[in-house]
Order: sequence, then C-alpha cells, then structure tokens
Amino acid sequence: MRYRINRIAPMVPTASMADIAFLLIIFFMLTTSFSPERTNIALPASLIQTKVTDRAAIIAIQDTGKLWFSDGEQESELMSSPEEIGQRAAAIVQQAPVKEFLIKADRNVSFQAVDNVLEALRNNEVRNIGLLTRIRPREDN
Amino acid sequence: MAFRKLGERKPSEVPTSSMADIAFLLIIFFMLTAVFTSNRGLQFQYPEDDPKELDVQPEEAIHIKIEGEGQFQVDKNPIHSLEEIGGYIQGKIEKTPEKPVIIESLPNVPYYVMIDVFDLLKQIEVKNIAIPTKSERERWKSFFR
Repeated sequence: MRYRINRIAPMVPTASMADIAFLLIIFFMLTTSFSPERTNIALPASLIQTKVTDRAAIIAIQDTGKLWFSDGEQESELMSSPEEIGQRAAAIVQQAPVKEFLIKADRNVSFQAVDNVLEALRNNEVRNIGLLTRIRPREDN
Repeated sequence: MAFRKLGERKPSEVPTSSMADIAFLLIIFFMLTAVFTSNRGLQFQYPEDDPKELDVQPEEAIHIKIEGEGQFQVDKNPIHSLEEIGGYIQGKIEKTPEKPVIIESLPNVPYYVMIDVFDLLKQIEVKNIAIPTKSERERWKSFFR
C-alpha cells in the first residue's frame, strides 16, 4: 500500500507579533514620564517613604552647593541664591497654594544649605514640603 | 503577442514581514530611554502663619538638637545613639500622642543625620514633627539656646 505524505514546511506563526509589539510600545509610551530634574545627586536613605506628588516643584542641592530649580514642568535651571528660589516659589504659590516643593539634597551637604532653602520657601508661603530620599535596605540598621 | 492569463495574477499585498522588527526596535528604544520617576521621600507641612499658633509654648514639645553624627541632645540631655532617642520619645508619645517633636540641627551637621532622625520619628509614628527654620529659631531664641 502506498501512502502519500503531504509534507508542510514547519513555520512559527508570527502574524500577531507586530500587534503584541505595538501594544508594548503603547504601554511604554503611556507609562514613561520624563523628569524635568535630572541632576545626579546621592540622596540620603530612609526606611519610611511616601510617594510624593507628581509634577511637584523640585529644588536640587548638589554637594558643591549649586542650587537647581524646576517648577515640575520646565527643565531645571541653575539658581544663584536661595532668595531667587524664594521668588520663583512665591510666583508658583500664588497660582497654586497647595503646590508641593521637593528638596533633593545631597546626603553630605551641610544642613545650613538645606535650612537656607527651607527658610526661603517658608518666607514665601510654601506649606507642603517633601524631602526626597532613597529607600534604606533593612540590613543597614 | 503574449497575454498573461487572468488566473495567473498575483494578489496585491502590503509587505508586513518587517513590521515586527521595526516595532521591537521601537520597544527597545522606549525601554532604554524610559526613566521611571517615582519620587519618594519624607513629607511635612509648615503651619500657616496664624498668630494664635504663637501662643503654643515650645516648652511643651520634645526638643532634639543634632550636634553631629551620634551627638544629640534630647531635652538638654546628651544622647549618643538613635536607639536611645527612639526609646525616650516613644515613652513620651505613649502618654501624649499629639506631643510635638522639634528637630534642630546645627548648621555644619551633614544633612543625612537630620534625615536619620526624621526617619526615626516617622518610624515611631510621631504625629507632630517640626523643623524650625532660621527665623523661627530666632523667634524662640530662649528655647533654642
């Protein structure tokens, strides 16, 4: 008896691959948010952390003492003094009184540098402050 | 003259075989450029400048003075570790949970030491934490002496 073997070349079904890939692209495009403040700073560590508001204003204090300010929308700009930060903060608070201001200070910077910024913010009616930290692993304690 | 038969016509199609390659290239681009911003930290609020609030006597609060790493004064008693501070404050807070705790740091102390103390207070669930600024310390000079 003779059998006829119908040989079909093996193939991987790739028709839906593009659909999956485009779904992934859409996911990444929607979840990606570009941070306006990208200064490289070694943050202090803390065990307790709360998620701070998105689009909050950020004040970066580098270990060199340089101050950067971003209103949360625009790229951060170099500031000459804490008073200049105070002026910028005052303008923001007039528009949005509950706006949160985040301090992103280097862990080794002296407290005085942070205090000067806090003073400038306090004098300009800023109420909500966040001190950015990195998570401290439990074994550090 | 040669004519092609009607049945020999190839069906028209859009070439989509490279679409997956392009899509995956885009995915790789987005994955590499994506910076997931999850800003986290310690939050606190400054009270509004209400004249009534000035009536609160700072003596009612617990005062932590940070003089350096491992050098603290709590209510004017020298303390040398964070654990000791935690124990002292926990005892006080159990009796009066609303008791405010004031963190004062000397200007030359590294910032992370202040954060360590702040973090400790948050861990033991202190409700009222105050970080007075320069002008506030001036206002209550006698307390911060």
